[in-house]
Order: sequence, then C-alpha cells, then structure tokens
Amino acid sequence: MSGHSTYEPKSGFERWLDSRLPILRFASDTIVTFPTPKNLNFWWTFGGILALMLGIQIVTGVILAMHYVPQVDMAFASVQRIKRDVNYGWLIQGLHANGASMFFLAVYLHMFRGLYYGSYKAPREVLWILGCVIYLLMIGTAFFGYVLPWGQMSFHGAVVITNLIGAIPVVGPSITTWLWGGFAVDDPTLNRFFSLHYLLPFMIAGVVGLHVWALHVPGNSNPTGVNVSSAQDTVPFHPYYTVKDGFAISVFLILYASFVFYMPDALGDAANYIQANPLVTPAHIVPEWYLLPFYAILRAVPNKLMGVILMFGAIATLFVLPWLDTSKVRSMRYRPTARLYFFIFVLACIVLGFCGAHAPDDLVIPGVSGLQVGDANLNSFVWLSRIGALYYFAYFWVITPALGLFETPLPVPESISEPVLSHPAMTPAGAVASPEKRG
Amino acid sequence: MLRRGFAFAALGLALLAGTLVAGPALSATTQQEPRDVHWSFEGPFGKFDKAQLQRGYKVYREVCAACHSMNLMYLRNLGQKGGPFYDPKYANPNENPYVKSLAKDLQVKDIDQDTGDVISRPAGPADRFPAPFPNEPAARASNGGALPPDLSVMAKAREGGPAYVYSLLTGFRDAPKGMTVPAGKYYNPYMPGDMSSFWSGPKDKVPEGGFISMPPPLAPDKVTFDDKSPSTVSQQAKDVSAFLAWAAEPKMEERKAFGLGAMIYLLIFAGLLYASYKKIWKNVAH
Repeated sequence: MSGHSTYEPKSGFERWLDSRLPILRFASDTIVTFPTPKNLNFWWTFGGILALMLGIQIVTGVILAMHYVPQVDMAFASVQRIKRDVNYGWLIQGLHANGASMFFLAVYLHMFRGLYYGSYKAPREVLWILGCVIYLLMIGTAFFGYVLPWGQMSFHGAVVITNLIGAIPVVGPSITTWLWGGFAVDDPTLNRFFSLHYLLPFMIAGVVGLHVWALHVPGNSNPTGVNVSSAQDTVPFHPYYTVKDGFAISVFLILYASFVFYMPDALGDAANYIQANPLVTPAHIVPEWYLLPFYAILRAVPNKLMGVILMFGAIATLFVLPWLDTSKVRSMRYRPTARLYFFIFVLACIVLGFCGAHAPDDLVIPGVSGLQVGDANLNSFVWLSRIGALYYFAYFWVITPALGLFETPLPVPESISEPVLSHPAMTPAGAVASPEKRG
Repeated sequence: MLRRGFAFAALGLALLAGTLVAGPALSATTQQEPRDVHWSFEGPFGKFDKAQLQRGYKVYREVCAACHSMNLMYLRNLGQKGGPFYDPKYANPNENPYVKSLAKDLQVKDIDQDTGDVISRPAGPADRFPAPFPNEPAARASNGGALPPDLSVMAKAREGGPAYVYSLLTGFRDAPKGMTVPAGKYYNPYMPGDMSSFWSGPKDKVPEGGFISMPPPLAPDKVTFDDKSPSTVSQQAKDVSAFLAWAAEPKMEERKAFGLGAMIYLLIFAGLLYASYKKIWKNVAH
C-alpha cells in the first residue's frame, strides 16, 4: 500500500506472524491507520455499504442454494418451499431478493458520487475501471439470479435477453443455441444460469479486492477534489470512518429492512408469482427496476442489433470516461456549468428508467394525442427514451469533453483544510485561491 | 480528444437517425382498477382475521376447489401458527384434531403397498390439498378448453393482490350493449383484455376489461358459514380473498412480528452510532 507502514506488532505472536505473513500489518494499514481525507461526506459511505451488501448476498445465497432445485418443473415450487417450510426461509429469501435491489441502489449512488466528484480522474482511472467491471459482473449476476425462481418474468426475461445475442450477424444464432444448451430456454439453460449465478459473486469479490487495492494506492478522493497535501488533511480510518460508515450502514439497513419486512414484493413483478409457461407470453416483459434505463435504450431504436450495440455501448462508455473528461478540476463543486449538465444527466437516467417500465407506445401525457414524428408518436415513450438515450450519450461523448475546454470553473481551494479554515465564521470572505485556469 | 468525441457523437446520431423505421403495433389491453377494500392484514401491524380465514377456507373448499388446485398447500398448513385452525394446544399441526377431521373428509390418490394398485384413501394433515383434476388436459377437457389456474400464490400473482381477486369475484355483470360475448365466456371489467374486436359501439368508448372462462362462481347463501355470518356474494368473495392472501404467504404475521423487533433494534443501533459519530468527530474541523 502507499506510504510506509506504521504498524507495530504488540505481542510475541504478532512479531512472529509479521515476519512470515504480514496479514495483521496489511489489515492495520488498510482499515485502521489508513490516512483518509477528513472532509469525506456521506456520499462516500456507499463503498462500505456495498461491501456489506455483497457479504449479505453471498451468505444468504449460499443458504438458498442448499434448498433451491434448478429444474424447470421444480424450481418455482422450491422457492415457495423455502418461503413456507424452511426455517426463516422467508427471511433469507426476502433478504436475498430485496438485497439485489438495495445492492443496485447503493451502487448507483456510489457511481453518481464518482461522476459528480470526478473520482474517476487521474490517478484513479484503474480504480474506476475496476468499478465498472464490478458493475458489469453485478448486472450479469442479477440477470442470472432473476431467472432462477422460474416465474413468468424470469423465463420471458431470459428469452428476451438471450435472444439479443442472436442479433449479432452471422454467428449470433449459433452463440444463442450454445448459451441455451439447446434450441430454447429450458432445463440446461436454468442449470447453467444457476451455476453462473453462484460463480459470479466470487468473481465480484475478487475484483472488489482489486478495487480496494487500487483505492489504497492513491487514497480516497474527496469532495473538494484537491489532493491530500499534509497529514493535517487526513484522519486515520479507524475510528473516524469506521464509525461514520457504521452509522450510514445502519441507516441503509433500516431502509433495506423496511422492504424485507413490510414491502417484500414492492420491487418485484406480480407475474413472477406465476410459474414459467413458454406458451404464454406476459403482456409486458420488463426487467427489474435497476436495469430499466438500459432496457429503454435497447427499445429506443427499432433495429435490434443497433439497440443491442447502444445498450452495451451505454456501459462501455463508462470505461473510457476518464479519457473523455478534459477538465482539470475534479469536483463539480467548483464547476457550476458541469453541475447543471450532471443533474440533467441524473434526470435523464431516471426518465429512461420510467421509459423502460412503460410499453413503448404508451402515451407520456395521457389524453394528448400528440404528433406523429417518423415511426412513432412524439408523445410516446419511444420518443422520450430516444431523447433520454441521446442525452445519455451526448453527456459523455460531447458535453463532458467540451465542458472542460469551454467552462470557467470557480476558484479551487489550495488544500483540503483550507475551505474548513476559511469558513466565513473563521476568516473574512474572499480569502481563497486564485481562479483556476481554463482547461 | 475533443474532435474524436464529436466524431463519435456524430456517428452515433447518424446511426440513430438511420434506424428510425417502422414501429410495432398498438396493444390496447385494459382492465378496471381493483376496488378499494379494507383488509385486517394491511399495514405493518395488520394480522389475519382467523374467523375470516376459516370462512374463506370453507368457500375455497366448497366452491373453488371443484376446479382450482392449490398444489403448494398442505392440509397441515391450516393448523400451523397463523393458520385458520391453529390451536396453541397442538404446536405440531399434524396433531391438530380439527385439521385431522377436515383432512379425513377428503380423498387422495395413493399406491397400495401390497398390490401396487392406485387407490383412494382419506387424506391426513401431511397430504397436499388434493387437486380436482389429475392433469392439465383433464382440467381443460372439463372446462371448455380453459385451465383453472392454481390458487396457491394467486393473491400475489396479480396486480392488486387480494383486492383484485375480490373485485374479479364480485365484478361479473351483463355485457354492455354492443358487445359480442363468445360462447362459454363471461364479461368481467376487472379481467385484463382487449374488447375492441368484440365491440360494435363507438371506437373511443371500448369498455374496459376482458372475457373470463369462469362463470360467476359465487351466489347468495351458496356457502353456509359456521359463525352465522351473512352469506352474501361480497362476504364470500372477501373471505376467500383473505384466505388466498394467507395461503400466498402463510408466514406474513411472522414476517411483520420479526420486522418490528428488527426495526427497533436498528433504530437504537443507528442512534448509538450517530452519537458515537458525533462524539468522535467533535474536535475535527471538517
């Protein structure tokens, strides 16, 4: 890890172990003495929350796997058996199913925080990319997991998503058959999805290890985006951030528990309580809420291959973001123009989510007949998702590169401690650093 | 860098514009919103009304069970904690005499261990709810081609849950003038459907709802309630909907009770952590 270690073995055993496997030194350096900027706000607590969620999902998942039967005629009933007859099965299953939603809620807030405070910029590009890899693995895991209860939405969702692969020219249909293990989504598909659903979380855990490693080399970014310049700027991780993260985790758990205990089905689809029937297609096939924005991008274009390219492109874009951003100022706290476009971006993501939940031809404003533009009504969710998708891509590929060149950022403080010390209550106004140069 | 960004954006725009071709057809599935029903099991402290569950079970047994299976239910469930016939004297529901006697009146298929023949024997608490038909083709053959769905999780498998079930059961009405009802079908405004091709009236006034293959199942006094509750269609529908809500999640009361403890614990825990957080950070300017 960065910097020199301050760990001192306290007992004979610790000295003995330290010269053989310095695991206690490692633990001390990473979660006890690790110097952390003292100005991190509560948006920085989602890393800890996510680590906890991964742990909860793995533990509950391992228990569920002891009772679940990955067979098309028995899978649906086996999930119900867990909820009815397994001791506390209703709790373990509820934690796992709602845990997926909570996991994604936390990861989205974590990602938006990274975007707002420029946490992806040098020297944290690898950290950001590893985060994107984790997110991609999470999407895969969630998709495989959603298929396992073998309800109507599980089955038909699996059909829709695996069929997307078929859009690849020439080799697409062969790859789809290979993925299915047959000529339709069936027993072999369910079995391999179960296997992969069990595998991917451990891959996530591995990449999380790399993510934390990559975090501890440059250290945390912070709300000012200014590099740590002295020991005055930091506090040891423990107890300062263990207690702050701990408090945030407990508040997050209250939200999580309110779903598990009082609204266990609020985030799910009623159709998934109907056992999968390949012969009956639900009226609206929709993914879980956390994938709706990508589903909207997929359906925004009538061409299937183009839709697939755009959907994957939406995630691929995140990987190259560190090189799309031309601004030298990290934090949007000092970039009022960028901040405005960022909030529109958040809005665009939410709007895309709504579009994904509605049938494309539904009217956005009911009762207004609207204007036919091109292939669809301008007042339909098709056009709204097109506008949203256009903004999504424009934000990364046009607005972000351009802003760094044309905007005038506000003055950036010299150090992390400065905005604290120069708080109006402490020093006269105006005692700030010279305005940041353009670009 | 910037030029490349613009080039990519322009390419994306061009591709997007180039793919705007014909759109899909309109779907017009409609249904009336389920009625607003008050349930005893609503809210964070709501519990099932045991008398209502008992009446609901009777409606299911005497009316619905003629066509609808409940394959995920065991007769012992009726006597488990939170169930309609739970008796604290019998922690093991298999020993509950009332459940035993209810089970004895039902016949289940079994194999004679001496001859290997398929036989019928009286059910016990450990048996599943017996299904009315041996298989799907038999169920369809007896119901004009339609399959009566399994009711085990029905109260969770439809938007609106028990309110939907109640609305559907009480929602049968004569088809409006101008609607052609196919033979063997019944109009119900709460059933999702697309009536436009069965409607000869004005195009903008297509009635909400759909056709269902189930004839109106309930009628006044069709079930005699043991607690002398008035046996109206509304009462029967409400009771059986509550029973189905219980059957869809027999552990609901346990869930809420556990949740109360968990919430109190978490609130205290969060409060203590907040106080610790304030104390530890007191002397750090940040």
